Amino acid sequence: MTANRHKLAMHDLGGVAPFADRPIDRREHALSHFDKSVDALMYLLSHPSRRLIRVDELRRAIESLPAAKYHGLSYYEKWLQAMHDLLVEKGVLGKDEIAARLAALRAAGAKP
Amino acid sequence: MAGHHHDHIHAGDPHAPVAEHGPSPEYLLLERAVRELLVAKGVFAADDMRRQIDLTDSRNPAMGAKLVARAWTDPAFRKKLLAEPKAAAGEMGIDVSNTPELIVLENTPTRHHLVVCTLCSCYPKAILGIPPAWYKSAAYRARAVKDPRGVLAEFGTALPPEIELRVVDSTADLRYLVLPRRPAGTDGLDEAALAALVTRDSMIGVSHPLSPA
Amino acid sequence: MTPAASARFRPGDRVRVRDAWPEEGGRRVHIRTPHFVRGRVGEVERVLGAFANPEDLAFGKPGLPPQPLYHVRFSQPELWPGGGRTDTLTVDIYESWLEAPR
Repeated sequence: MTANRHKLAMHDLGGVAPFADRPIDRREHALSHFDKSVDALMYLLSHPSRRLIRVDELRRAIESLPAAKYHGLSYYEKWLQAMHDLLVEKGVLGKDEIAARLAALRAAGAKP
Repeated sequence: MAGHHHDHIHAGDPHAPVAEHGPSPEYLLLERAVRELLVAKGVFAADDMRRQIDLTDSRNPAMGAKLVARAWTDPAFRKKLLAEPKAAAGEMGIDVSNTPELIVLENTPTRHHLVVCTLCSCYPKAILGIPPAWYKSAAYRARAVKDPRGVLAEFGTALPPEIELRVVDSTADLRYLVLPRRPAGTDGLDEAALAALVTRDSMIGVSHPLSPA
Repeated sequence: MTPAASARFRPGDRVRVRDAWPEEGGRRVHIRTPHFVRGRVGEVERVLGAFANPEDLAFGKPGLPPQPLYHVRFSQPELWPGGGRTDTLTVDIYESWLEAPR
């Protein structure tokens, strides 16, 4: 099997153990407001009128997450982390700017 | 999130499925920070965000079910849905602007389709809404290509061995909608009654449509 | 998507997916050809049109000229030991990943 000879990319999951041996967790999950917000953010950023992040870039940034985050974060947490990384990479937002806004929100005791 | 039961997952079991969980406070705050900064810079308006969330909320499998039911009752529409899926969806009032190309996979007496995206989570969101958690799970992505009949069995779906099971791995630029077979015993049903039989899962291919009561 | 005027392969052609592993080269890459079809032989089912190359788009490059994209169908036993004999798998694959079988 090719899978034994090659080091596969983390997201290239077709037929890959241990996932291929697991039952599928079929429970339904209602989307949270956070999930919908992150989905909407990506839609707005990728819209042809802005094209600040392409879906291909989002995929690449998700695949570039450390394995612990790729398999540990929720689906839309991964999207948000990847969008954050891309906005910084492209200079749309500054790392310091984001850190400052987070600090201000925390100082104000903000509830998300 | 309320309503989740983890009691059957044993702590420390390496084979326990990875459960989707609600957002952590850290990410809730990051979403707010990023959104507020983008609004402050005029990248988009706060209203754009609300409108987009409303649009997402309005997209759900009932839209796909309407397409399927129309295709079952109107041969000309079925032909159009297979030949020009986005145009056919637009005709039914579904907003497919700025969405990827769509292909409709028609199940036949000799062929059944099952859709997966092994590399990420490609899904016809314009037609079906946001994919279910299991569709995005590592287990489904890993198994649907290697053990598709086992996956169908896990969903309680019987498929005779002589029927070709065609798995379609959606890798980048196209999205797939399965056109399931019309169930037997539905001759007298109108379009709305037929649409009620068309489940989300039957348009992904893990299930058959419901049978009439 | 634009029509693929210059597609090298036609429906019915036997094609082999290149046995290439760019992710092992130490360079950052974004690959849309799943690992389990590489080096395997399938049949072109349909020419889907031409699309900007996602391997470039992922890094902010234009991905032009657009590249023909194909539906390639494999028999399950070609991909997995014990795969169902009547069963098949279809994947969208970009032309740069395809070659004539040896």
